[in-house]
Amino acid sequence: MDYANVSILLVLVVATALAFDFTNGFHDTGNAMATSIATRALKPKTAVGLSASLNLVGAFLSLSVAATIATGIVDAGVVTLEVVLAGLVGGILWNLITWFFGIPSSSSHALVGGIVGAVIAAVGTSGVQWTGLVGKVLIPALIAPMVAIAVASIGTWLVVRITRDVEDKTNDRMFRWGQIGSASLVSLAHGTNDAQKSMGIILLALIASGVAPSDSGVPFWVVLSCALAMALGTYIGGWRVIRTLGKGLVELSSRQGMAAETSSAAIILVSSHFGYSLSTTHVATGSIMGSGVGMKGAKVRWSVAGRMFGAWVITVPCAAAVGALAVLIEQGIGGTAGAYVIFGLLVLASAFIYLRSRRTKVDSKNVNDEWESEADNESVVAQSVASHNPQLMRIKSKPRKKKGKKRGKQNHKKKKHKKHKKSEKG
Amino acid sequence: MSEYIEWGALANIVVVGVLFGAGVPALFALGVRATSSPAAIREDGTVSLPRRIVGFVCFSVIVLAIVGAIIYIAAGGH
Repeated sequence: MDYANVSILLVLVVATALAFDFTNGFHDTGNAMATSIATRALKPKTAVGLSASLNLVGAFLSLSVAATIATGIVDAGVVTLEVVLAGLVGGILWNLITWFFGIPSSSSHALVGGIVGAVIAAVGTSGVQWTGLVGKVLIPALIAPMVAIAVASIGTWLVVRITRDVEDKTNDRMFRWGQIGSASLVSLAHGTNDAQKSMGIILLALIASGVAPSDSGVPFWVVLSCALAMALGTYIGGWRVIRTLGKGLVELSSRQGMAAETSSAAIILVSSHFGYSLSTTHVATGSIMGSGVGMKGAKVRWSVAGRMFGAWVITVPCAAAVGALAVLIEQGIGGTAGAYVIFGLLVLASAFIYLRSRRTKVDSKNVNDEWESEADNESVVAQSVASHNPQLMRIKSKPRKKKGKKRGKQNHKKKKHKKHKKSEKG
Repeated sequence: MSEYIEWGALANIVVVGVLFGAGVPALFALGVRATSSPAAIREDGTVSLPRRIVGFVCFSVIVLAIVGAIIYIAAGGH
């Protein structure tokens, strides 16, 4: 490829990396802020604003960016710009699909999945280091929630026990502060961790295309644009995911929220310290469940939790399928035109998902509505998430009525989903 | 299985995770209990000095833990 083609490809990769960063931001707002929003420690808008600012600060806080993607998971030698672009497409689409269904799933797993799929399509299965994929990605996805459930349930149990004599009102007032503090810490850690992934990708792309020398540090514009993309995404707020985390899993009190967020912050920091990074999303979700386990009388909606586990298990293969498809399209068309086409397809698919989401809007106003009313419909869709290829599922799922406003129209569907509703309640 | 799961790191994470992840909330709860439980508040609405000291110590340790965590994040420790 000549120089002009390389630079066009580079621009596409940078734009896509920033887009991924953006989806990463809004997909993960809930990890930090869902509990504070659900217990009304913070107003929804204030919460996402705080989280966005802290993500922004976090992105600047530490700049030890490694110019590697999926180290130890795919062969570094086969990661070309085309592969990175396809991998990003896989990551973004999976992030958007899971967001549409309100499922918190790991953005980094989506990215890794996309890249793995792209590598398989580009050079075959030999390009993937399977032991690394299983040991660093798939198994931690199962371990993280278990560790988090354990820590948060112990924390919640202790907290509830210690403060049982204290009046509820006093508890709420005090623990809300604790919640805000611990949630802020999670946001900060998220900003430092995740913005660096996109920075690393862009840096790698710059080096690969010869624009930056191989020993280059991260240029300031890269840091700034990544930080802004993530903060903007966070501020826009993935309300669907926030709703699931804050209202769907457990009905949270301030004490539980505080214990859950502190457990998340501690596990995220401790796990990366010991070099065994656990996904923020998996940890945060596990912590919230743990806060339900540790509190007597609190109900954990295990059906919602089961749906999430299902989504986590299929995150890597699904994102990989999209990534592989993107590479095949790229190579089928060939050259820069191929990159243009998958970029265009990405924009179209994203616009489609966004427009679909408008029908069942979740925003700062209805994020805290009662959960029960639409749980039946949700579980139906969730099962299609767990068993279908997302490509097929996107269009096939029946139009759903979500959120309170449209509750009335929902009645005629109730009979059909009675079975699911039962399991949801049980 | 050991090639797939880093048991050593995992054990460390669980132990230290419980220490901080459950210990800090418990400490916070102790602080709340010391300063705000019905037994703590006297008839004139004040809290006795020993209870205030306990509360102060609890919350100070928590603030130190948070500051430590921020420094740790900033130092690129993760």
